Amino acid sequence: MRVASGVAQAGTFFAFCLDALRGLGRRPFQVREFIQQAWFISSVSILPAALVSIPFGAVIALQLGSLVRQLGAQSFTGAASVLAVVREAGPIVTALIIAGAGGSAICADLGSRKIREELDAMEVLGIDPMHRLVAPRVVASMLVAVLLNGLVSVVGVSGGYFFNVVMQGGTPGAYLASFQALGQLPDLVVGEIKALLFGAAAALVASYKGMTARGGPKGVGDAVNQSVVITFMLLFALNFVITAVYFQVVPQKGT
Amino acid sequence: MYPTTDGGQEEPVGVEVRVEGLTKSFGGQPVWRDVTLTLPAGEISVLLGPSGTGKSVFLKTLVGLLKPDRGSIMIEGQDLPRLSERALYEVRKLFGVLFQDGALFGSMNLFDNVAFPLREHTRKPESEVRRIVYEKLEMVGLVGAEHKLPGEISGGMRKRAGLARALVLDPEIILFDEPDSGLDPVRTAYLNQLIVDLNQQTDATFLIVTHDINTARTVPDNIGLIYHGHLAMFGPREMLLSSTEPVVRQFLNAQRVGPIGMAEEKDADELQAEAAAGVELPPLPPIPPQLRPSNGRRRRGERVAGQWCWRNGVTPPPGSFGDEVVGVRR
Ligand SMILES: Nc1ncnc2c1ncn2[C@@H]1O[C@H](COP(=O)(O)OP(=O)(O)OP(=O)(O)O)[C@@H](O)[C@H]1O
Ligand SMILES: [Mg+2]
Repeated sequence: MRVASGVAQAGTFFAFCLDALRGLGRRPFQVREFIQQAWFISSVSILPAALVSIPFGAVIALQLGSLVRQLGAQSFTGAASVLAVVREAGPIVTALIIAGAGGSAICADLGSRKIREELDAMEVLGIDPMHRLVAPRVVASMLVAVLLNGLVSVVGVSGGYFFNVVMQGGTPGAYLASFQALGQLPDLVVGEIKALLFGAAAALVASYKGMTARGGPKGVGDAVNQSVVITFMLLFALNFVITAVYFQVVPQKGT
Repeated sequence: MYPTTDGGQEEPVGVEVRVEGLTKSFGGQPVWRDVTLTLPAGEISVLLGPSGTGKSVFLKTLVGLLKPDRGSIMIEGQDLPRLSERALYEVRKLFGVLFQDGALFGSMNLFDNVAFPLREHTRKPESEVRRIVYEKLEMVGLVGAEHKLPGEISGGMRKRAGLARALVLDPEIILFDEPDSGLDPVRTAYLNQLIVDLNQQTDATFLIVTHDINTARTVPDNIGLIYHGHLAMFGPREMLLSSTEPVVRQFLNAQRVGPIGMAEEKDADELQAEAAAGVELPPLPPIPPQLRPSNGRRRRGERVAGQWCWRNGVTPPPGSFGDEVVGVRR
């Protein structure tokens, strides 16, 4: 019974995504709503993202610093920590923030509109909420996720540099040079692609959960909770799949 | 004064809504089954029923927000439940709907709420939009509150703002879910007059859900009663007001004696006890005269007082229709 309803939910979610895609294709694109939402999502996510990425970069730098010294490969400290931040930490932090801050806000907003019958009223007034509300949110969330990923990468790499060079006495030149040896542009590109997909997935799940909320204010609370949990699981799975594909498809340096 | 036939020579106006065999359930639990009724074009109908019998669900099904399990809803030759998404949005342009709680957009002030349909669906210049919005706000008595957000006003004001928004595109089918709940008696009286006047001016087809017995007895041309999962009766006002069918009689006269109990349906024991105690039903109260348009002219859907009773050989309760002479004028 539970499994069956889970499968049915996945089915309706898939149909919802197709509807959202159709909504995206429809003209005119809702520019105002998009700008408002992009502004709103960034305002709730930029500060936490920056605050999370500093310790994240530092932890990676500390861990790698001592590990690499034990292995006697100090010259690769920079490369290893930058790669770790850009390829993995960046997208993971982006996923956490976009699901936890952006997604929950979208879900709560749409959920309360749903239970106040605003969405019904909108449909009766001849406006499709998929086109009007969901599509601009998905695009806004994708944009903000990409920006966040860039921000997290920069802050994380700076944090790593600071800890490696200042705290652990590494040499600045070696730190930067080693990145040249192992890193490549596609690392950054795949990080941004991940962020783009995370942004889309988080907004879709949040919108779906919000728009199917029911049972009064408690229903909205439940929907937000479920939306965050489901998005986390989905994004971590997505992250794994993209990483695996990336290593298969793009030849790595130094191997 | 009145035409001698009931509108035979006049061209048909308004939009008829024909519902046939409509059934709706949630998760296997039927809300109501096999509802068949026709909202006559340009007439005012009222839908009654105990709380929780699915009146709001019925309205939402009529506009295609909920899909019925079975049955058809014919509007201008189109079967609503079987329309594509796109066609449905087109048909909905005929409707003006007031939801039970107003359903205003929480992020917009009252002015923008009422202006929303105009800005979305017409290319009217902003000055024209302003004129129309103020006209509607004036109609519901909300001028002065137009810059307030829905969260900052009372429930009755939200209702009236929802009403203004529902009317702003001059809809041909108007569905009101409890327009008078949460309104004071004076506002309710004004609202009822507004409904009758609007009907006269626009010839729109009205369906009003209400719990107000006075509204139900004086405003509509037709009355429907949903009870216990089905449509107990639907027909001309006089037919229901003179009906001795227990459920209809109990509900329309707000009595405790009858098949309806606190928990929707009285059980057999309670009914037997009632019968054994020999509780007598009070006689049917007189049928009140129908509310007339304030300009004194006639509505197209209006019927002569007493006409239905007279044609069907029913003697209306004594004192009916005020001082109008029953059945003589026709
Ligand atoms: N979306 C829904 N999902 C599941 N059940 C629903 C839904 N909407 C309504 N119901 C159920 O349908 C029944 C009828 O509800 P509805 O709101 O139509 O009653 P109502 O006649 O309008 O009552 P009231 O006079 O109090 O407004 C209720 O038992 C309600 O729980
Ligand atoms: Mg209701």
